Amino acid sequence: MISIKNLHKSYKTKDLETTVLRGIDLEVKGGEFLGIMGKSGAGKSTLMYQIGLLDHPTSGEIILNGISAEKLTTEERTNLRLSTLGYVFQDYALIPELSAGENVMISLLMQGKSFSEAKNITMDVLSRVGLSHRIDNKPGQLSGGEQQRVSIARAVAHNPTILFADEPTANLDSISGQSVIELFKDLNSKGQTIVMVTHEEEYSRYCNRIVYLEDGKIVRQTVQKQG
Amino acid sequence: MKEDTTRIKKIGNIIRVGWFLAYRQIKGSNKSTTMLIVFIMMLTFLNLVVVSGILVGLIEGGNIANKEQYTGDVIIKTIAGEKDIKNTHSLQNTLEKMPGILNVSTRYIENGQVEANYKTRRDFSILPDVAVTQVTGIDVLGEDNLSNLSKYVVEGEYLNENENGYVLLGANLLYRYSSDFGDTFASLEGVFPGEEVKITVDGNTKTFIVKGIVDSKVGEVSLRSFLTKEDFWRMVDRPIVNGNEVAIKISPDSSLFADQLKNNLVQVGFSENGKIQTNIEAIPDFLNQISLAFGLLGNVIGLIGIVVASITIFIVIFINAVTRRKYIGIMKGIGIKEKAIEISYVIQSIFYATLGGLLGLLIVYGLLVPFFLAHPLDFPFSDGILVAPPGGTMFKFFLLLLVTIIAGYIPARRIVKKNTLDSILGR
Repeated sequence: MISIKNLHKSYKTKDLETTVLRGIDLEVKGGEFLGIMGKSGAGKSTLMYQIGLLDHPTSGEIILNGISAEKLTTEERTNLRLSTLGYVFQDYALIPELSAGENVMISLLMQGKSFSEAKNITMDVLSRVGLSHRIDNKPGQLSGGEQQRVSIARAVAHNPTILFADEPTANLDSISGQSVIELFKDLNSKGQTIVMVTHEEEYSRYCNRIVYLEDGKIVRQTVQKQG
Repeated sequence: MKEDTTRIKKIGNIIRVGWFLAYRQIKGSNKSTTMLIVFIMMLTFLNLVVVSGILVGLIEGGNIANKEQYTGDVIIKTIAGEKDIKNTHSLQNTLEKMPGILNVSTRYIENGQVEANYKTRRDFSILPDVAVTQVTGIDVLGEDNLSNLSKYVVEGEYLNENENGYVLLGANLLYRYSSDFGDTFASLEGVFPGEEVKITVDGNTKTFIVKGIVDSKVGEVSLRSFLTKEDFWRMVDRPIVNGNEVAIKISPDSSLFADQLKNNLVQVGFSENGKIQTNIEAIPDFLNQISLAFGLLGNVIGLIGIVVASITIFIVIFINAVTRRKYIGIMKGIGIKEKAIEISYVIQSIFYATLGGLLGLLIVYGLLVPFFLAHPLDFPFSDGILVAPPGGTMFKFFLLLLVTIIAGYIPARRIVKKNTLDSILGR
């Protein structure tokens, strides 16, 4: 599903060049729940942003479902993100003037779905995350855990091939964090491919496989049974 | 064909999402700020329309007065070099029978002077109190029907067709009315209705009693002395057959225009009798020049206002987009097209400009135009009104809209174009 070959990423400022990823090779299979772990500054989020087409690598190759990412135009990348990829950000990233339902609907509308169709899908998805009763609430009226669940609903509403989650439990208490991870586990059990960046060991045990990054390189991988 | 349909659908979808985002942003925005921006747009529109409208209206008020109180819709004057309008009587008869014509008034005019206070003048070394005037013989009823001359009598009464020996003096012949003009023309001291004045025409002097004083902002009225045509004929030492001016008023129910009437009169050969002009053509050229200059000045002032308004919108949209850069990045990250986000800001700009413009239109046509018609600005040479022709006003409305769209699009595009990840992470 995802194939990454010799991926490098450097950031240049006026006086300095910082290399964050140093030759990453990685395969992600369909239906997998992959965890990316490492210390702060190891390059975890940077790796996810490259795979998720939110950024351009300095060199190397990313192939998503057989499509080489580097050959895509900006519009094609946007279209691919809209149709195939889903994102859950660390700080929920909900649009404040849109309600919970509208935050979920907006990408469905962008796909060309009618208003009623988008609303039906939204209701269904919010029900799955247990928030159908909050459809008209603005993000400011929701708890952290609820906002993150809305963010997950938004990410999965269009049935993405791959779901990317960047430290989804970092800003949550343990109970909310646990409910979010349970949700991911449930989605994965139904075939959703998930790539999750986390530094919390307790949640990593839900992953099929964990890759550990250190100084921009994969230093080890572990395959585990989900517990 | 199929590709075109798909493309149209995509564009429609982008607009739909842009509209959705714009609606939510406007709804969720601070109401006071929204009202302030709309207020600025309204003031800009008013500045654009009213300033030039008042300046042009100063002249236009004078033109309207000129038409209503002097020329009518078409005026026939003596051809240069001639003494009078040929076959005036026959001309008037023909005109009165023409369809679409409401009133015709023939005026008989000679240059003369009016002398006052001669009875009380003791020292003959002092110059007599005289003023130069155009002595004008009129059909009392006919002239009043055409120009409502009686309406402008400010002292005394209008002439009576059955009375002889009375004169209606133009107010600018009297010092107490013309002092604002300084020494531009000689004027008479005192002189009130009931007093006697001497009028001299063609070397003939006769005494008349002042029946009334007529005050109009039209110079041709306020600098004349009006007699009944019979009194005039008795004054002038020549057979009176022809007049010197024939003013024609078109019926308001008629579909006839002044241009058409003039052309009709030319075609039947009346241009050989006298010089035929529409009321517009009869306006002195210098007034047209002033009108153009004022219109230009008004537009320049209005354009300055548009620049200010566009800068305001630019700043509002820029600040909005900069403070929401993260959310713009997130929207791009989840697949919302850049164009949809840009369109949402353009729609917001359109909202501000449209609402402000509509409020401005309401104020212009619902309040200001009727107000100035009922209470024109009092200038010495005209009653200033607000000129706001619908075509010109709508042009200014759409100009404001266009400028606002551009002013909203540019900052939105700048922010939306920034790197998606940098926007999300606040880099």
